[in-house]
Amino acid sequence: MTPTAQSRKMQGSLAYNKLATAAFYGLGALVLLLIVWLLLTILGKGLPGLTLDFLTKVPEDIDPGGGIGPVLFNSFYILFLSLVVSIPIGVGAGIYMAEYAPENKLTEVLRICVESLSSVPSIVFGMLGLAIFAEYFQIGLTILGGAVSLAFLNLPMLARVTEEAVRAVPHDVKNASYALGMTRFQCIRTVVLPIALQGIITGICLVAGRAFGESAVILLTAGLSTSGEMWDFNLFAPGETLAVHLWYVQSEAIVEDAASIAQRSAAVLVVVVLLINLLFRIPLWINNRKLKR
Amino acid sequence: MSISARPTMPDKSGSLAKPADGRFGRYVRARFADRLFKYYFLFSILALCFVLGLVIFFIGKTALLTFAHISLADFFLSFDWTPENESFGAAGIIVNTLSLTALTLAMAVPVAVGMAVLIAEIAPKWLRNMMRPVLDLLVGIPSIVYGYLGLTVLIPVLRRMSGENLGDGLLAAALVLALMVLPTICRISDEAISMVPKKYREAAYALGSTRLQVTMRVVIPAAGRGIVAAVIMGMTRAIGETMAVVMVIGNTAQLATTLFTPASVLTSNIVMQISNVEFDTTWNYALHMMALLLLAISFLLILLIRYLGRKGSDQT
Repeated sequence: MTPTAQSRKMQGSLAYNKLATAAFYGLGALVLLLIVWLLLTILGKGLPGLTLDFLTKVPEDIDPGGGIGPVLFNSFYILFLSLVVSIPIGVGAGIYMAEYAPENKLTEVLRICVESLSSVPSIVFGMLGLAIFAEYFQIGLTILGGAVSLAFLNLPMLARVTEEAVRAVPHDVKNASYALGMTRFQCIRTVVLPIALQGIITGICLVAGRAFGESAVILLTAGLSTSGEMWDFNLFAPGETLAVHLWYVQSEAIVEDAASIAQRSAAVLVVVVLLINLLFRIPLWINNRKLKR
Repeated sequence: MSISARPTMPDKSGSLAKPADGRFGRYVRARFADRLFKYYFLFSILALCFVLGLVIFFIGKTALLTFAHISLADFFLSFDWTPENESFGAAGIIVNTLSLTALTLAMAVPVAVGMAVLIAEIAPKWLRNMMRPVLDLLVGIPSIVYGYLGLTVLIPVLRRMSGENLGDGLLAAALVLALMVLPTICRISDEAISMVPKKYREAAYALGSTRLQVTMRVVIPAAGRGIVAAVIMGMTRAIGETMAVVMVIGNTAQLATTLFTPASVLTSNIVMQISNVEFDTTWNYALHMMALLLLAISFLLILLIRYLGRKGSDQT
C-alpha cells in the first residue's frame, strides 16, 4: 500500500467516524425531544384544568363535573397497604441473599426463584389475586385483595434492590464491626443497614412509583368501582385506583367530559409518580450534605 | 418459630444476667436476636419462593383443566377463538404475541443500543449525567399512561397517515411498546458497555483506530452478551405488558395478517375476558392456560439470561 492510498483510507475512516458521531448525537437528540414532547403533552393538557375540587370530588356517572377523590385516595391507600406487607418481607429476603446465603445449590435455587418471580407478568399476579381472594376466600374484589396482590408484585423487586444495596457495603466496615465482637445481626443493624439505607430507600421509591401506576393487577383484584365515599378505610370495599380509573374513563365511561377527566387523571398520575421518585429522596440529599460537611 | 420464641426472651436473659454484672445477659440477648433474625431473613426468602409456588400452583391447577375439555391440538393449533361456540384455538393469539414482540424489538433495539453507545462512549460527562435520569424517568411513567397516549395521540396520526379507518393493530401496539422497552434495553446495554475494560479501548486506539472503529469492532463485541441480556429483558417486558397494549391493539381475537388488523395478544385477551367468565367454565380454564404460557415464556427467557451471564463469567 502506498502512503497516499493509506492516508486516503485513513481519511475515509475519519470521515465515517465524524459522520457516525453526528448520527449518534442526532439519534440522542431525537429521543430526548420525544421524551420532552411526551411529558409536555401529558402535563400540558392535564395540568391547566386541575383544581382542588377535581382532586377531592366523587366521580359522576353521567353528569359532567365529577372528580377523582375516592379513586385517588384508594391509590394511596392500596399503595400504602401493599408496601406495609411487602417491605418487611422483601427487605428481609434481600438481606438474606446478600448476607446469609451460603454458596451452594440451595442458594442457586433461591436466586432462580427470585428472578423468576420478578419476570412474572403483572397480569398473572392479577389472576393469582383473583383466584385467591375471589374464588378461594369468596370475598370478591376488595382493597385488601388488590393490596396483597400488588405486594406480591413488589416483593422480587424489593428483594433485588435491597440485595444490591447491601452488597455494595464495603467489607472493611463489616470486618471492623466483627472485630469488635458483634454478632452478625448487630453488624447488620448498626453498620450495614445505615450504610445501605440510601440504596434501599431509592429502591423502595422505584417500587412505589411502579406500584402506584400499576393497573392490570388492580383491575382484576380490586375492581372497577369504588364505595362512592371519600375516606373509606374499609378493607373490604371495592378499590378502583387512579390508573384503573383512567382506563375506565377512556374505554367505558359515558360521562360527558370523559376526555377531559382522562387528560387530568393522566397528568395527576404522572405528577404523583414523579413526586414519589423525588420526594422520598429529599431527606437523603439533606443527609448527604450533612455528611459532606 | 419466631412468634413463640419472642416472649421467653426477657425471662432467659434476666435469669442469666444476675450472676455476671449484666454483660452475660447482654451477650445472650445478642446471640438470641442474632439467631431470631437469621430465621426471620430465611423466612422472608422462603416466603418469596412460596409466592412463586402459589403463582404456579393456582394458575397451573386451573390451566391444566383445559385439556379435560379440549385437546392439546385444538388449543395450540386451531386459529379459531370464539368462546361462545366452545372453540378455544389460541394459535392466532400466540402468533400475534410473537409477531408483536418481534416488531417491537425490531424498532426498539437499534435505537436503544445506539442511545447506549452515545451515553457510554461518546457523550461528555454532563450529557451522560443528564440522560441517564431522563431515561429512568421514562421507565417510571405508568404503562396505562403510555396506552392512553397511544390511543389519543398515536392512533389518530396513524389513521391519517395510513388511510385506514381504525388505526388499531400491531403497528400501534408495537410503537407504544417500543417506547416502553427502549429505556430498559438502553440502560442495561449502557451498563454492559461501561463494564468493558478500558484497556481494550486503549489497545485499539493505540493501533490507530477511530472511535467508530473502536466502538463497532471492540466495544460492542466485548459487551455483546450484556446487550443480548438487555434485549431479552426488554422482551420479557414487551410480552408481559398488558394495559398499554389493550388500549391500542383493537382486541379482536383473530390472526393479524396486516399491521392494521385489529388483533389481540395473550395478555390483552386475558384482561378483556377474565372478568366476565364464570370460574368453572372451559373459557376460564383456557384463559388460565394462556397465563401459564406467558409464565413459561418468561421463565424460559430468564433462564436464558442466566445462561448467558454464566457463560460470560466463565470466559473472564
